[in-house]
Amino acid sequence: MEIKRTAIAGTLESSDIQIMLSKGTEGIQVTLKSDVEKQFGDQIRKVITSVLKSFNIENAKVTAVDKGALDCVIKARTITASQRALEIADSPEWEVL
Amino acid sequence: MKNSVERELPENIMNKLNLRPYKSTEIGNPEIQRVAPKVRTTTGEGKLVESLEKVVKDNVKNGMTISFHHHFRNGDFVFNQVMRIIIDSGIKELTLAPSSLTGVMNNLVIEAIKKGTITAITSSGMRGELGEFVSHGGLKNPVVFRSHGGRARAIEEGAIKIDVAFLGVPNADKLGNANGMEGNAVFGSLGYALMDAQYANKVVLLTDNLVPYPNTPASIKQTQVDYVVKVDKVGDPDKIGSGATRFTKDPKELKIAKTVNKVIVNSPYFKNGFSFQTGSGGAALAVTRYLRQSMIDNNIKASFALGGITKPTTDLLNEGLIAKVMDVQDFDKGAAESMHTNNKQQEIDASWYADPYNKGAMVDQLDVVILSALEIDTKFNVNVMSGSDGVIRGAVGGHQDAATAKLTIISAPLVRGRLATVVPDVTTVVTPGDSVDVLVTEVGIAINPKRKDLIAKLSKLPGVKIYSIEELQKMAAKLVGTPNPIEYTDKTVALVEYRDGTIIDAIKEVKK
Repeated sequence: MEIKRTAIAGTLESSDIQIMLSKGTEGIQVTLKSDVEKQFGDQIRKVITSVLKSFNIENAKVTAVDKGALDCVIKARTITASQRALEIADSPEWEVL
Repeated sequence: MKNSVERELPENIMNKLNLRPYKSTEIGNPEIQRVAPKVRTTTGEGKLVESLEKVVKDNVKNGMTISFHHHFRNGDFVFNQVMRIIIDSGIKELTLAPSSLTGVMNNLVIEAIKKGTITAITSSGMRGELGEFVSHGGLKNPVVFRSHGGRARAIEEGAIKIDVAFLGVPNADKLGNANGMEGNAVFGSLGYALMDAQYANKVVLLTDNLVPYPNTPASIKQTQVDYVVKVDKVGDPDKIGSGATRFTKDPKELKIAKTVNKVIVNSPYFKNGFSFQTGSGGAALAVTRYLRQSMIDNNIKASFALGGITKPTTDLLNEGLIAKVMDVQDFDKGAAESMHTNNKQQEIDASWYADPYNKGAMVDQLDVVILSALEIDTKFNVNVMSGSDGVIRGAVGGHQDAATAKLTIISAPLVRGRLATVVPDVTTVVTPGDSVDVLVTEVGIAINPKRKDLIAKLSKLPGVKIYSIEELQKMAAKLVGTPNPIEYTDKTVALVEYRDGTIIDAIKEVKK
């Protein structure tokens, strides 16, 4: 699926993650800022990428600012950002959820 | 070379510095030789000097050990004034041996290391940029971290030989009688600085408040002081300690505090005349409040409270719920003021407080202590020194010392953000699990299996779930996942001493 507009989900509160999605041309490019980058950077990228794949998003620029979010939070924020970016927030893809 | 908490220690450094690996929390009764300072005798004429530059140039020479206290915490103006002059004088290869290093000192310490002014450091801890700098190999020699009691021991034994101590005080007379209680930048107890005043070869007092001779009560005495230097300001009173102590509203901290209180009240130590120590964290302050109510309800009074003192503790003193407060430092203005006005609040030095090589320290008499943790592992070992990313960001403080109490409670959340607090192995062992008795988290408690007596006593507390520490660790891991291991180089950037001077852990340089 093609990203239609730049979309954002999440906050900069502790234990949250802010995900910004915008159009890209070179696959999924994740820019991650996190205090736990060393310990959990790979895992955070993996969760984001797998959610995008489940929406069939193949090209996207992702800017993620992590404040120590757990995987479930990362997943939820990425789903919301994806639905907004794809402009399907009113008719969510339930099978992805 | 491994020590008894299974930590690999750098053999070459251990041998070169003639250090012994940590073995046991038992101190025994060794006979030790204390050292005495060199004294340049005087009748006291000419101690009062105008120029800090001149004092530095006349007294600080290449290769010396200099010290400071950290009672001004982040309101300290003394360290940077002195260090600026020392750096600009081109003095080299100093050992920096303060009671601890606070954030305001970081920039000048880093500059002094880069310029070769400082080549060795011993401290209780370090944080922020300095911690990053050292953890990334910025200092050639490993830093030696010591507890407050361990520093007192090292000074008395001569392992730390202070050539010049620069001690900021909010008042002094022209001969050097001084205390921490009157003036603009007051901090209360001079507990840590009293060691330097007693054992340094040269003692330089810096004050912004010269008072008529003789100044009483004198915590530091004229018999110990070489120079008194008048400066514009020794500290910023607003940054020395928090003004009014805030009571936490964090439900997780409150739950932990309530549980800690239940553990104390149902332990065999909660009886008339018991003693306790709490830290300054949010949960610790809340414990004091719950404990107060339990003491009133059960008509129980404490014989003393110990350590770093906060206003909630001095409130209990004023209410008559505690007979004495034994005060090595004050964390807020209320506690500092109380030391001034209440003669049941006794100033104690770091040796009296916590020195293991002593004829009896206060911590040896302690019944209950509540301590915090960055990490605690399944062996109950506690880390308060380095973050889960391997970077130095803490201090030993009195942690190891107070953990010798009869009931040592670690209060900590199961996880902080995405970082587990309860882990398979702590990043750095500071306090050995042998001295830890109970871990209290928001989901329940774990009791050290060695304390069968406590397990029997605490097994049926209403509303308190008991887990094994392995169960708590697994619970934490399930929430946050398993972190990638931190990568280190072979370089040792710091050694952590146990309170008896043996090495309990080594900290390696973090890979960039």
